[in-house]
Amino acid sequence: MSKDTVADVGMNRTGIKTSPVDSKDIIAQAEKARPSSPGDAQAIADVRKQYMRESGDGLGRVPPPSSLKGVAKTAVDMLKGGKPTVFIDKLGERLAFERSGVRLYEGALSKLDVFGSWEGGPSRELLTKILDDELSHFALLMEAMEKLGADPTAMTPSADLTSVISMGVPAAISDARTNLRQTMQALLVAELTDNASWEVLIDLARGLGHDSLADRFQLALDAEAEHLALVKGWYAAGVSTEARAPMDSASMPAQP
Amino acid sequence: MALDLFKEKGTPVERQSFTWKDMVRRPYSKMDDDAFTRTRVILMNGIEADALRMKHIFARLNLELRPHLALVRRAEHHQQTLVNWLTPPDQKVIETTLGFEQLAIEVTASVALHEPDPYLAQTYRFGMLEDFDHLYRYSALYDRLEGQDPNNITQSYTDIIPGRPTVVEHRHPLDDLRRPYDCKTADPLSKLHAMTITASEFQTHDYYMTVGPTFTDPVARQLYAEIASIEEQHVTQYGSLMDPGESLLEKWMLHEAMEVYNYYSCLAYESNPRIKEIWQRFVDYELGHLHYVMELFKNLEKRDPAEVLPRTLPEPIAFKEHREFVRKVLSQEVDMRSDGMDYVDKSQLPPDHRTLAYQAQLNSEGSPSETAAAGYTWRPGTELAAKAQRMGSVLEGRRLQ
Ligand SMILES: [Fe+2]
Ligand SMILES: [Fe+2]
Ligand SMILES: [Fe+2]
Ligand SMILES: [Fe+2]
Ligand SMILES: [Fe+2]
Repeated sequence: MSKDTVADVGMNRTGIKTSPVDSKDIIAQAEKARPSSPGDAQAIADVRKQYMRESGDGLGRVPPPSSLKGVAKTAVDMLKGGKPTVFIDKLGERLAFERSGVRLYEGALSKLDVFGSWEGGPSRELLTKILDDELSHFALLMEAMEKLGADPTAMTPSADLTSVISMGVPAAISDARTNLRQTMQALLVAELTDNASWEVLIDLARGLGHDSLADRFQLALDAEAEHLALVKGWYAAGVSTEARAPMDSASMPAQP
Repeated sequence: MALDLFKEKGTPVERQSFTWKDMVRRPYSKMDDDAFTRTRVILMNGIEADALRMKHIFARLNLELRPHLALVRRAEHHQQTLVNWLTPPDQKVIETTLGFEQLAIEVTASVALHEPDPYLAQTYRFGMLEDFDHLYRYSALYDRLEGQDPNNITQSYTDIIPGRPTVVEHRHPLDDLRRPYDCKTADPLSKLHAMTITASEFQTHDYYMTVGPTFTDPVARQLYAEIASIEEQHVTQYGSLMDPGESLLEKWMLHEAMEVYNYYSCLAYESNPRIKEIWQRFVDYELGHLHYVMELFKNLEKRDPAEVLPRTLPEPIAFKEHREFVRKVLSQEVDMRSDGMDYVDKSQLPPDHRTLAYQAQLNSEGSPSETAAAGYTWRPGTELAAKAQRMGSVLEGRRLQ
């Protein structure tokens, strides 16, 4: 049986108060012991800095435009004193994010099937609509990259970075032990980033003179703003529904 | 110029030293380096892991060799560290997994093409079609779990299509054993091949067993469990190609020659100069190990290493695509099954065959590899790219209500 509630009382052993006798003993021992080397957490920072200085090309580079038209466009941007690969890199990032977003909402739909929703929670219809939006944003970015002569299948450094940053989001959603409310918490992380990143991309497009693209991106951002409002609302309603639920007395542990 | 194993002495064991900074270097780039650089790092990590494994087992069996094994083994350990730590930390576990299967396909293909013994070559082709299928299954998982394109990792060198379906790869243990080569008559290259592929499969198995439970997705957890089981079969299969009649020292000496051969092959193909330098250094280290053991072989076993070792190294293992070969083998041998040590067409297995019973039991509650790749066709930019194109970006910005 799956449980659709979280934060029930139970035997959690992580805190110091679980073991009053042992904890007193190990605290005393830790206070007595002396470190084997002087210094503090700065020592780690020093080594990090050393490796940063030796990190070469970083994560990777942006592939050159593949079509003639792209080369021409890139050349124009260069004449304007810009670095067009920044735009390509960021387009690649949004593309990867939107594409992964589709998989996240697929995951949310599975949670809905098993755990159901709550008052003020998501419906199948709205989750599916958001999923379709993510898919169409992905299509929009493929189109934009192709127009610029860039390869929409390439994993750009920013695309890679964003997948590293958000690695926990698909992991949290695909975990069989998380429910739909917990999935909303994960989606909130995604949608917050998504909104801010679209804003940055739109400014970048305008700055480079890609006004018609920027207009289309603005429509995508409008949709993303709705996603964020919805997810945040569903999440908040879920948490307060949970907090109002009666205590599951069966799982109350006997006092030690 | 072929490398002369007897003339080239390499770096003496006592001069093989490391520091932590030396072992923990700048990794290769997941996106900019060639896919074969990734596969070489995966392979050499596996070869070194096997060098350690073998030396530990031998140390349990032989008191006289124990100090010698301890000395050389420490160098192997630090070599393995340096090599494995070249893995870039932005490379996700599932991406490294794709690298493992790509390696298994391309290196086994090269070995199958160069193997002089027809039965051994057949065995490599047989196993290759299974790892080929694993790449397809993991690709589907990567696409569907992460929404990412497996070809970003395999870089268009390798087909992403079904091979011998994983669901039918599960065999009774006695159908995984093979006939070993005869150490007295086998070509030295056959011995190097068997040791190389066994080492590589062993590391694949150990990797899947370590990382499988780190996934949250239940299908991912199942798929790693299922494919790890096939890798255990592969270790059983390839490991049984080696002649148990070889002495410990003979096996050790061959293993060092195999390590030289593998680093030498990496060196021949490497495109990243920072990494090429490492392959060169470790060719020299392995030559040092080899000569250390050649001395033991002469002094303790009272035999001439030339009885066992080739004078010069064979042509390097080819780190390149083998699509034409793999497709041909796929079309001709995908329905091959094994019955004991022999290969037969699937129609020749009676319905009550032990392997079919074993398979039916394992798959009786569902098949993770079939689930993960249900209806899957790889497309550039993921299977979602095709879906998105059908939908078009006309919906972009569409309001929800
Ligand atoms: Fe969104
Ligand atoms: Fe080694
Ligand atoms: Fe495999
Ligand atoms: Fe394998
Ligand atoms: Fe060695």
